[in-house]
Amino acid sequence: MISKGNSELFTMKNRYMKWILFSAALLLLLLISIAVSLLIGEVKISLFQLQEILNDHRSMAYMVLTKIRIPRLILAASVGGALSLSGAILQGIYRNPLVEPYTLGISGGAALGVSIAIVFGLNTISFLALPVFGFIGAIITLFLVYFLSLKKSGLSVNSMLLIGVMVSFVSSSAMMFMMSITTTDNVQNIVFWVMGSMDETNHVLIKIAFYSSLSGLFLAYFFAQPLNALRLGDAKARHLGINTNLTIRILFFLASLLTGIAVAVAGVIGFVGLVIPHLIRLVIGNDYRILLLGSFLGGAIFLILSDTLARTIISPNELPIGVITGFAGGIVFIAVLSRSKSHFKLN
Amino acid sequence: MEPFLKIEHFSCGYPGYFVLQDVAFEIKQGDFVGIIGPNGSGKTTLFKGISGELDALSGKGILNGKSIQKMNLKERAQNLAVVTQTIEAGNMTVEEYVLMGRFPYRRQFQFFETAEDIEIAQKYMKLTGVDCLKDKAMNALSGGEQQLAGIARALTQEPQLLLLDEPTSHLDITHQVQILNLIRRLSHELKLTILMIIHDLNLAGEYCDSLIMMENGTIRKVGDPLDVLNYEDIEAVYKTVVITRTNPISGKPVVFLVSEQVMEKKKI
Repeated sequence: MISKGNSELFTMKNRYMKWILFSAALLLLLLISIAVSLLIGEVKISLFQLQEILNDHRSMAYMVLTKIRIPRLILAASVGGALSLSGAILQGIYRNPLVEPYTLGISGGAALGVSIAIVFGLNTISFLALPVFGFIGAIITLFLVYFLSLKKSGLSVNSMLLIGVMVSFVSSSAMMFMMSITTTDNVQNIVFWVMGSMDETNHVLIKIAFYSSLSGLFLAYFFAQPLNALRLGDAKARHLGINTNLTIRILFFLASLLTGIAVAVAGVIGFVGLVIPHLIRLVIGNDYRILLLGSFLGGAIFLILSDTLARTIISPNELPIGVITGFAGGIVFIAVLSRSKSHFKLN
Repeated sequence: MEPFLKIEHFSCGYPGYFVLQDVAFEIKQGDFVGIIGPNGSGKTTLFKGISGELDALSGKGILNGKSIQKMNLKERAQNLAVVTQTIEAGNMTVEEYVLMGRFPYRRQFQFFETAEDIEIAQKYMKLTGVDCLKDKAMNALSGGEQQLAGIARALTQEPQLLLLDEPTSHLDITHQVQILNLIRRLSHELKLTILMIIHDLNLAGEYCDSLIMMENGTIRKVGDPLDVLNYEDIEAVYKTVVITRTNPISGKPVVFLVSEQVMEKKKI
């Protein structure tokens, strides 16, 4: 009897051990991708020179590292982590594998906000105009989706999803309308912004993205177990004493804010929020206690590597990062899905 | 003695569509009670009312001296466990699923299961016979095994009242009997009070201590299976001709159906 109980505990400890190893592996991958992205580029830096360069504050390589590569790296990691984390959360609360941060109309709203700012020439007044308008657009959409799907009987998750998709369509139509009545220059600016880029030089914005994505991860962990209960469905989670209404509301706001900030700073970068959480699910399973961290780290790694590719592949020019994430993410995802024996499952 | 579960002047439902009217009954501790009635008679609505999923429009349910409506979600989940007809638990393992029964006892920021949680889950997996399946994925189990895992999860909540929604539907007779024997054992040995929705009148009559017969959102009859399962009431409620006898071994009521052709031939 006692030995049986111990072996039980042992299998649980094994599971936690697996999680720790998995996190350690992801952290190692993160370190490798950080190194790769810092050293590779138009100015090549060798790992052994690094110490020397960091001491020589006047060198070209030092400037490249501190003014360009490190800020980009931090932004890519924050945006990738935030988008992938919100993807994992949203798939959890909607119990739908196709949901990602952009299905909910948040990016459409942000893009519309940015288009308005560009069309009215606000981007020439202040460099903050675009991120601020993008964020306002995202927030307005968030509240629109939230309050439209609020019913007398409570929050309907399905209508939230549908309204999000519809709001997304409406705002993209509005954006196309703006584009059709404005100058070619403005259209180019809008298109460039929509494709997304890590080329952001403002340190305040980078810091906002960094701290908000980290605190997003921290807050999400308070809801790891409720998210696990939601895997059984709304009613069954309530039977287990989980306040599902509150959980879904808070997590919806959290995921939307993270997306809003990411989109406002870096533009629309698709696919991270959809592909990365699914890949992590395939590897480590669907327990949100590890999935949240795994998605965050996976998203950070993926976007750091994508950004490194984006700025080196046709150097000295730069590809929009959305091109890389779409291609790389899509191909890797299809390859993994068609090779894995088991069918893809959300729960 | 004060009844263990007391439903008083209870109304709940969906105003404008379907409302359960002024339902009242009492159950003793350790009783195994079946709820029968045709589709749309309000069985599920009554369940949702008792489990607090639907707000009471009037009246209340009292479980062991405490109002169910006044309990918060967590308290309710500690006192009352529900096993639904289908359990869509995806590819989580049986053990992970059963351990979810400890959620109502989770402290505010508790992240990992305690040794006690694991011990309790193990105990009830053994009792229901799913401990040998504990590392299998839930969606790889048969319907009967899933129901057993569902019961193990509900027991892991250590409730005072267990609500079962048709635990034997879609199961073959082996599993029907296995599950109902288990449930009966739970009620008699663990003194667990059990309320079960069941469509099969013969199983209801054979296994339940007493039956509640529902009709159009009200209770038509409550009592011993021998009293409730008589052909007059069954024919009135189900609008179907039946013949009732008693089981020669158990002395419990049995309900027979007769096909249209035979009835025409015999000119009944």
